[in-house]
Amino acid sequence: MNTSTGSAGQVASVWLVAEREIGSKLRSKTFLISTGILLLVALAGVLIGGFASTSSTPDAIAATSQTASAVKALPNVTVTEVGDRAEAEKLVLDEKVRAAVLPAEGDPTGVVILAKKDAPSSLVMALSASPQVEILQPATTDSLLRYLVAIGFGVVFLMAASTFGSTIAQSVVEEKQTRVVELLISAIPSRVLLAGKVIGNTVLAMAQILLLAAIAVVGLIVTGQNEVLAGLGAPVLWFAVFFLFGFILLASLYSAAAAMVSRQEDIGSTTMPLMMLVMAPYFLVIFFNDNPVVMTVLSYIPFSAPVAMPVRLFVGEAGWWEPLVSLLILLASCVGAILIGAKIYENSLLRMGARVKLVEALRG
Amino acid sequence: MTGRLHLDGVTKSYGSRTVLDDIRFDVAPGRLTGFVGGNGAGKTTTMRIILGVLAADGGTVTLDDQPVTTADRRRFGYMPEERGLYPKMKVLEQVVYLARLHGFDKADAAVRATALLDDLGLGERLNDTIEALSLGNQQRAQIAAALVHDPEVLILDEPFSGLDPLAVDVVADVLQRRAAQGCSILFSSHQLDVVERLCDDLIIIAGGTIRAAGTRDELRAQHSTLRYQLDSSGDTGWLRDEPGITVIDFEGGSALFDVDEPSNAQRVLREALQRGAVTSFTPQHPSLAQIFKEVIR
Repeated sequence: MNTSTGSAGQVASVWLVAEREIGSKLRSKTFLISTGILLLVALAGVLIGGFASTSSTPDAIAATSQTASAVKALPNVTVTEVGDRAEAEKLVLDEKVRAAVLPAEGDPTGVVILAKKDAPSSLVMALSASPQVEILQPATTDSLLRYLVAIGFGVVFLMAASTFGSTIAQSVVEEKQTRVVELLISAIPSRVLLAGKVIGNTVLAMAQILLLAAIAVVGLIVTGQNEVLAGLGAPVLWFAVFFLFGFILLASLYSAAAAMVSRQEDIGSTTMPLMMLVMAPYFLVIFFNDNPVVMTVLSYIPFSAPVAMPVRLFVGEAGWWEPLVSLLILLASCVGAILIGAKIYENSLLRMGARVKLVEALRG
Repeated sequence: MTGRLHLDGVTKSYGSRTVLDDIRFDVAPGRLTGFVGGNGAGKTTTMRIILGVLAADGGTVTLDDQPVTTADRRRFGYMPEERGLYPKMKVLEQVVYLARLHGFDKADAAVRATALLDDLGLGERLNDTIEALSLGNQQRAQIAAALVHDPEVLILDEPFSGLDPLAVDVVADVLQRRAAQGCSILFSSHQLDVVERLCDDLIIIAGGTIRAAGTRDELRAQHSTLRYQLDSSGDTGWLRDEPGITVIDFEGGSALFDVDEPSNAQRVLREALQRGAVTSFTPQHPSLAQIFKEVIR
C-alpha cells in the first residue's frame, strides 16, 4: 500500500484537486479562445495607444540663418535653411515644408510664420510669448491618464474576477449536480476539496493577470512609452498582490454561494450579490477616480482595494504605508471569508434539491 | 483478519425527526453483509455516517475497536446511491484521479485503474469520456471508482440497481472475490433475491432501527416455521383430518402444511408412503422476502 496520510497527504490532495481544476479548464476550447482574444485585445490596446501618442512625424520647417537656431531648439521639427523670404514662400507653396519661420522686425516675438493654409498650432504655441503661469496646487497626473488607468485596472479586475469567480461556482455546482461530490468527500475532507478548487482557480486567474501585465509591459517598451511604464510599474505590482488575495476572498465566497444550490440554472440566485461586489469597484472607481475622499475609502474596502489602491498609487496620492495597511485589512477579511465559506460549503454540499437557506448553511 | 467495522449506538436526527436510533451492528472482514430496508429506512444515512460524509449525533463507528479516522477512511471504498462521475473526464483519467485522492502515486494509480477497468470489461473504453458511455458502463466505471484503491472496507449503496442480469453476475462475482481476499463489504439492495443469494450476513433496518441482524442462516433458522411441502401420487385431502397439522394449501397430490412439532411431520410422511408414492417431502425455509416482511411489520 502506498497510502500517504496526515497533513502531508492533505497538502498533496489539495494540489491534486487544484491540478484537476486547472487541467480541465485548460482543455476547454472556449476558455483558451476567449483568453487568446482577451490577450490580443490588450496587446492591440497598448500598441494603438502607443502609436497614437508618437505618430506625429517631425514637421519640416524652413528657416533663415537668423531663425534657424531658435527653430532647431523646438521638439519634433526638421529645419530646412533658406536664404530669403521668396525662397521660403516657394517651399511653403510647393508643400515642401509645413511652414517657414522668418525674422520680423517690430513684432514682440521677433519672428513671423509663413504657412500655406494653416500654421501648425504647436509651432505657433512654441514661438508665441505667453505669460508666466504659477500653479499653486500642481496636479500630479493629468486627469485623462488617471481615468484611463482607473478603467484599465477596473476592467482587468472585473474580467478576471467574474470569469474565474463563475468558473469556480460552476465547478462546485457541477460536482454537486453530477453527485460526484459525495465520492470525493468520502476520500478527502471537504475543506481540502474547497482549498484545492480555490487554489486551482486562483492560479489560473493570476496566470491570466500576469500574462496581461507582461503584454502591457512589452507593448509599452516596444512603442517606447517608457515614462508611462516607469509610473505604472509599482502600481501594477501592487495590483497583482491585491488581486491575489482579493480573488482568494471572492473565490471562497463564490464556492460557498454555489454550494448552496444543486443545479447550474440556480447559480445566479446565490452568486448575484457577489457579482455586485465584483462590479462595484469598477464603477465606483471610474466614477469617483478624481474624488480623493471616496478613493481613499475605496482603497481600504477589501472588495474595491485591488482597483482603488493601485490607482491612488499611480497618481501619487497614497503614502507608502497605505497599501500595506489596506493589504492587512484584505488579508484579515480573506481569512474570515475562508472560514465562513468553508462552513457554508461543508454544510451545503450534500443537501440536494432546493436552495439551502443561508442560516441553515451557517448553522449546519 | 483485520477490518472489522462496528457501529454502536449511532443516532441521527434532522430537527425533530429521528432518522437513526441506536444503530448497532458489525461488518466482518471476508464476508458480504447485506443491508436491507425500505425506502427512507435509514440505509443511506447509516452508510454516509460510516464514510464520515455525514456526522452522527451520537454513537461510535470503530474499525478493529479503534475509532475510525480520516486516514482509515482513505482505505474505504464507497459507491454512493446517488451515482456520479465527472461527465467530461475520460474513464481512465477519472479512476486514476480517484485512486490518487486515496493516496496512490500517479504511476501506481494508472496501473491499478487500467487493470481494474479491463477486469470490468471497460478495457476498450479507457479514453472515452464518462458521458459517452451507456448507463450500464457508467455503472461499471462507478464500481471501478469504489474499488481502485484496494479498499479494506467497502460500502456500496445499491450496487445492483440499474444493472441487467448479466451485469449483476459480473458485479456479484467481483464482490465475492474481494470478500475472499478479506475485504469487509456492506451493501444495500432492494433486490432481495440477489441479497439472499450473495450475502453471508444480513442486517434489516426499518424506521431508523435495526430489526434483525445476524448470519443469513441464523436468521433463516430463527424465522423458519415447521412448514413442509408434500408431493405424492395420491390425493392429499386426508391431511386435513390429521391432528396437529394445519394445511396451508393443497391441490391434488400436493400440499403445503404446518406441523405443531417435528415428530408430526415424520408421522405424516409414513402415512403418505402407505397411501401412495411420495415424489418429494421438503421442509420449507422462509425466503428473505418473507423474513423481511415479517420483521419490519
